[in-house]
Amino acid sequence: MNDVATTKRVIPDRLGTKTSRMLASWEILLLGVAVLIFIFNSFASPYFLNAWNLSDATFNFTEKAMIAFAMALLVIAGEIDLSVAAIIALASTAMGAAAQAGIGTPGLVAIGICTGLVCGAFNGLLVAGLRLPSIVVTIGTMSLFRGISYIILGDQAYGKYPDSFAYFGQGYVAWVFSFEFVLFIVLAIAFAILLHATNFGRQIYVIGNNEFAARFSGIPVERVKFILFLLTGLMAGVASVCLTSRLGSTRPSIAQGWELEIVTMVVLGGVSILGGAGTIAGVVIAAFVMGLVTFGLGLLNVPGIVMSIFVGLLLIITIAVPIITRRIREMSR
Amino acid sequence: MNRLLKNREILLIVIIAIMVAAFSTRAPGFASPGNLANIFNDTSILIILALGQMTVILTKSIDLSVAANLAFTGMAVAMTNAAYPDLPLAFLIVMAIGIGAFLGAINGFLVWALQIPPIVVTLGTLTIYRGMAFVLSGGGWVNAHQMTPTFLNVPRMPMLGLPILSWIAILIVIGAWFVLTRLPFGRAAYASGGNPTAAVYAGVDIGRTRFLAFVLSGALAGLSSYLWVSRYAVAYVDIAAGFELDTVAACVIGGISIAGGIGSVAGAVLGALFLGVIKNALPVIGISPFAQMAISGIVIVLAVVFNARAEKKAGRIILRNRAAPEVTA
Repeated sequence: MNDVATTKRVIPDRLGTKTSRMLASWEILLLGVAVLIFIFNSFASPYFLNAWNLSDATFNFTEKAMIAFAMALLVIAGEIDLSVAAIIALASTAMGAAAQAGIGTPGLVAIGICTGLVCGAFNGLLVAGLRLPSIVVTIGTMSLFRGISYIILGDQAYGKYPDSFAYFGQGYVAWVFSFEFVLFIVLAIAFAILLHATNFGRQIYVIGNNEFAARFSGIPVERVKFILFLLTGLMAGVASVCLTSRLGSTRPSIAQGWELEIVTMVVLGGVSILGGAGTIAGVVIAAFVMGLVTFGLGLLNVPGIVMSIFVGLLLIITIAVPIITRRIREMSR
Repeated sequence: MNRLLKNREILLIVIIAIMVAAFSTRAPGFASPGNLANIFNDTSILIILALGQMTVILTKSIDLSVAANLAFTGMAVAMTNAAYPDLPLAFLIVMAIGIGAFLGAINGFLVWALQIPPIVVTLGTLTIYRGMAFVLSGGGWVNAHQMTPTFLNVPRMPMLGLPILSWIAILIVIGAWFVLTRLPFGRAAYASGGNPTAAVYAGVDIGRTRFLAFVLSGALAGLSSYLWVSRYAVAYVDIAAGFELDTVAACVIGGISIAGGIGSVAGAVLGALFLGVIKNALPVIGISPFAQMAISGIVIVLAVVFNARAEKKAGRIILRNRAAPEVTA
């Protein structure tokens, strides 16, 4: 929706000091929201401020956030992947089938991750290789991947995972810090380095801002996009391992609707849906905000579907507020 | 011959005809007029929704909230019917269209006035509208015995050999064709998707056009909500879950370009019928209904690949037109 005719490019007279710019940044704003929700929750429910409860709350978002990191890179590059939840389902089904055949934990993890990679490569091939619009391609592959799960499983479910497999979703590294939470932190750092401190990261921004210029600058646009889809598939595979391990069973409807929550997380984190802007820090804070909101509402006995109203409102309001304030500022000028 | 094959609509008709012929070798009677009329009737709601979706896609937007809109409006209409059985049906239908149009207008307003990308807006309202359906109903169901006979029977009533539901779809198809090809709004919709910059210079208000497209899509979703609830004789929170993807699929199969500006009413209708034939054929030829999702997935992917081939013009691209980005989301 890049209406060239209507976009205004204003160069401000003064950039402002470094601190004032930082205070006005999206990440700080979001951090404020997170703190407010935290304070509100601890007043609203006596069960909130408890190390173990808070640790449980992290499970609400760690798996989604892992995918959100990769999705953030993809969105910054101007693409999107709506098939991530379906990849989780397919990877989980593959692991389930393998577990029934008696394959051990390392094999299961490898199968889950490889399924994710294959799905990601398939998306990447269609989008980068054939230059198709990612939004429709991944709507299609979303039906395809989950559809394969339905063909394999129908209305059945896989259970019977080996005991040691439970560690990824239920194990703790130290005290209240779960394996998933530690993995989430490690991945956050890895993705932050990849996006903010490598050539590859710069290339992602350039492609998102101006694909045309990127091509002329010699950036292998298609290769970068393919790698990003591969990365997103990989993270969906990893998330699938964690989720399957946590639930201990697989149904074809596993992780239904997650693609929307993951996109919400990315956009809430300040990543521009039009591409070209966004940070991993923002996505991390957004993950906490969404986790805290759903957990707090859960403690107040709000049903899941009503929570989704809040998530939807959060998405629209967080995008609308900066636009409205900018509009007001422009008008008063 | 070559040019004939390049025409999407004719190609689709041929493919659908071949499919029907192939299925009828496995299941005699599949190609009988009665069964074909059944398939059309069964696909009516998808056709109506696909036409709304098409209008939105033409303007370079997308409406992912249609199914959630349908669920909320359907619940509201069903509950009203259950609570006040004396209200005339016409009032309920107007109410359904009104609520649907209002929900569509919310989408349109956010896209128009706040310039939020349509995919973000409708992803948000998708969860909100379905959540509202839950809040409205408290998670309860409205069952057939709570609805009045008129409410349930009108769309099924035969008229000139077809149920009224089919006739409504036919009317909407004609209406959509008229609006998109004979009214200024239709021209504006094609222009604002085909080349936004040129459209602005030509005096087209893109924002307003998008707003109206969303209102139209919402109104059609509202109408469909009544048809859906009365056809399946039940209303609950999860009705039509995921159906928004079917409407997008119908459009993509019908050759409507997701980048906006390209597509025809006939294409959208044929795209919907294509899906309808497959959906009705699977149980007949003994394929598990669980395979349907994967098949529509494959069909969507193939259709996108095919569209890209068809839209590609012969010759070498020297400079891509910056004003009309090839990929939009």
